[in-house]
Amino acid sequence: MDLSVVICGEAGQGIQTIEYLFPNILKSHGLNVFSYKEYMSRVRGGSNSTLIRISDKPVRAFCKKTDILFSLSPGDVHLLRLLERIDDNTFVFIDSNSETKFNTKARIKKVPISSLALEAGNKLYSNSVVLGMLCGLLKLPFENVLVAIEKWFCNKGTKVCEENKKAVKLGYDYVYKNIEMNIETKIETNPSVKDHILMSGAEAVSLGALAGGCNFVSSYPMSPSTGVLTNLANHSRDFDIIVEQAEDEISAINMALGAWYSGARALVTTSGGGFALMVEALSLAGMIESPIVIHLAQRPGPATGLPTRTEQADLLFALFSGHGEFERVIFSPGNLEQAFFCTMKAFDIADKYQVPVFVLTDQYLMDMIYNFDKLGEIKSFSDYIVETAPDYKRYQFTENGISPRGIPSHGNGLVCVDSDEHDEYGRITEDFTIRNKMVEKRLRKLKNFSDEIPAEFIGNKDFTHLVICFGSTREIVLEASKDFENLAVLHLQQLYPLPSNLSKYLNRAKKVLLVESNATSQLGKLLKMEFGFSDFKTLNKYNGLPFYVEEIKDTLQKFMKGEI
Amino acid sequence: MATKFDIEGGDIAWCPGCGNYSIHNIVKTALQELDIDPKNLVLVSGIGQAAKAPQYIKCNYFNGLHGRSLPAAVGIKVSNPNLVVIVESGDGCMYGEGGNHFIHAIRRNSDITVLVHDNMVYGLTKGQASPTSEKGFTTPVQVNGVLNEPFNPIAIALSLKCSFVARAFCGDVQETKEIIKRAILHKGFSLVDIFQPCVTFNKINTYKWFKENTYYMKDHDETNINKAFEKALERSPLPLGVFYIEEKPTFESQQRVYKNSSEPLFKRKHNVEKLMNLIESKRRW
Ligand SMILES: Cc1ncc(C[n+]2csc(CCOP(=O)(O)OP(=O)(O)O)c2C)c(N)n1
Ligand code: SF4
Repeated sequence: MDLSVVICGEAGQGIQTIEYLFPNILKSHGLNVFSYKEYMSRVRGGSNSTLIRISDKPVRAFCKKTDILFSLSPGDVHLLRLLERIDDNTFVFIDSNSETKFNTKARIKKVPISSLALEAGNKLYSNSVVLGMLCGLLKLPFENVLVAIEKWFCNKGTKVCEENKKAVKLGYDYVYKNIEMNIETKIETNPSVKDHILMSGAEAVSLGALAGGCNFVSSYPMSPSTGVLTNLANHSRDFDIIVEQAEDEISAINMALGAWYSGARALVTTSGGGFALMVEALSLAGMIESPIVIHLAQRPGPATGLPTRTEQADLLFALFSGHGEFERVIFSPGNLEQAFFCTMKAFDIADKYQVPVFVLTDQYLMDMIYNFDKLGEIKSFSDYIVETAPDYKRYQFTENGISPRGIPSHGNGLVCVDSDEHDEYGRITEDFTIRNKMVEKRLRKLKNFSDEIPAEFIGNKDFTHLVICFGSTREIVLEASKDFENLAVLHLQQLYPLPSNLSKYLNRAKKVLLVESNATSQLGKLLKMEFGFSDFKTLNKYNGLPFYVEEIKDTLQKFMKGEI
Repeated sequence: MATKFDIEGGDIAWCPGCGNYSIHNIVKTALQELDIDPKNLVLVSGIGQAAKAPQYIKCNYFNGLHGRSLPAAVGIKVSNPNLVVIVESGDGCMYGEGGNHFIHAIRRNSDITVLVHDNMVYGLTKGQASPTSEKGFTTPVQVNGVLNEPFNPIAIALSLKCSFVARAFCGDVQETKEIIKRAILHKGFSLVDIFQPCVTFNKINTYKWFKENTYYMKDHDETNINKAFEKALERSPLPLGVFYIEEKPTFESQQRVYKNSSEPLFKRKHNVEKLMNLIESKRRW
């Protein structure tokens, strides 16, 4: 059983409340849940929607199919925008008072959303009525629902709490008595799910940062990266983290580099335009061999693009950003557990190799929520800081190119770092021989970079067809590909340096399809550059929405039949 | 005077006769007199002729990007408040490329000392106008003379209630040294704009010009912001000395992480157990 519910409305109508409460209620009832919101870049009005998938098995992907759709506003505005997701089997619930010219074969059900809200005390309670209706349709025990309402509203005064409880109850009772739907809403509940963790991608990255020992974050707000900043700010009440909203992204990253220099473990979180401003300092990190962790949450560009939407079009930007030649590492987690793991690992790798490390996510990953059993193991991190001796050389030539990193006042040496080319002590030089040696030293650091995160192979070992994807498309591709026999999936979390086990799979596959949320198949370009591999088909999406499971499945069908 | 900050030998990239030498010696002497430990001192600079200053002093340094010395300095100081952090850069670096940081670093009130080598010209890039160049100043780029109003760092700093605001002239060794010492001792963001002749590219604002066009403020009330503003707006002659001092909590002292412990970040334990508890708490809601 797999039910998908979409709630749509204007910004400011309280979808957020449902989006928070409903998944929690479902989980506490032992149901698996996935949610993802797509929204416009505005604070009031417009048209936003949230998908909530409910299942007895784990669900983790955006899909097109909509079983139940609720519109919080009268009229057809939102429905028209969601047209491609509404089909003959969709039950569309709209307010009784609203006229609809909507003519698909969808089954329209008019329900008294606003009048029940008024009855409860205020038209603003429409979202609570809808929440009640959703719970009623699924026949969830009302006690569970009530607990949730109390938790959420009861710090807002007893009147508000009581009235919202009433609104939920009215909605619940109404559908219980009046609505019959000939779709399967009976779901096997799984008690172990009740103890699962429910969180968003933004939270997973933030906790990963904490697990990696992050104690400094300086950033400038920019969707969809801001969630990580606010999350860490929240945690700064309980953990030792300095959180600073810088005057701009240039300041943010220079501050973070200063922080690493004096022994902190710093993160910057940003999105494309903000990262563009950080690029000069990325190159500085390359030159002074400073660790730095950059969480780059992608959104569609160029320029301001679609501020609140998703895309994977900054891979090559992250890879080639920065003047001059220096090494970097790029991770692109595929789900929440990986988001946690990659961010934690990013701190270790940055510190160990003294290079910038990117955690490349996107709005889809940031804003998705689902339940899972556990995050990876957390160990106390080992930092690589050394106590300096009197003749300390910050850029001592070593075989692997990595010089022991000291910090000021820790030991008897002096720590000198320079944006100009420098000698082993960090002092400016224009000596041609030293220049060569320094360039070679910096480029040697990742020579022994073991495949920290090998390519992840999922599927039939005797595959003929291979789908390759990276980052947040993982779960969508996995769900779409599960019924194809000779098909396997290769997911990349480590995008640079590319893991060496990748070539093995590239060689074995008869046919390769790349699935990317961008227009120009940037991973394809990277594979061509690194492995000389260009014999692939591509599936791209760049309208700002994530892929639907169904559209990937359709393409896979054609791919398997040789039609593409 | 020999100091523990001296580096023997070495090639210095400044032109003979440049005011940078004088500032350099004054800074070293001031540090010596304040008995600062080189191991505990971090000089932060951007890029330019002035920004090379840390190269010639024995201490820790972070020689970062053009215009970006202040954010780096703030990050350094707040991560380890036990360090003495001094920023040195040119007027172009600080007020031009770094203008936005200048404004916001003052608002933050980090406990750092900012010494601006103000030669009213871009030295390293060979003589273009800087934000502090006088109107009419001609250069290879401003061939018809500078059109823009000169940037007034003192007035800007005062408008932001900067914690310590001063101006000096490097030709006056004793006075400048005392101002710098006070700036370093002051808790909070301390700005010292130091007039410095560029003998190669600025033939207008010479040693002689600065001597003739400056004077030291007498009986000036350093805590009176209105008086300080009046002084800051005077242009001929230009007042020297401490314009304004306001004691207030620093950026570092207000950080929650330092409420219960003054340990710098690098000395702190990674609290894995607390984090695991936090994650576990996400199972319930
Ligand atoms: C981003 C960037 N832009 C331009 C430069 C070139 N540049 C180096 S120093 C400088 C100006 C120097 O003037 P100032 O800061 O007044 O210092 P001075 O050399 O006069 O001491 C410029 C424009 C640079 N290094 N980086
Ligand atoms: S160019 Fe001017 S400021 Fe630079 S060293 Fe020469 S004289 Fe000094």
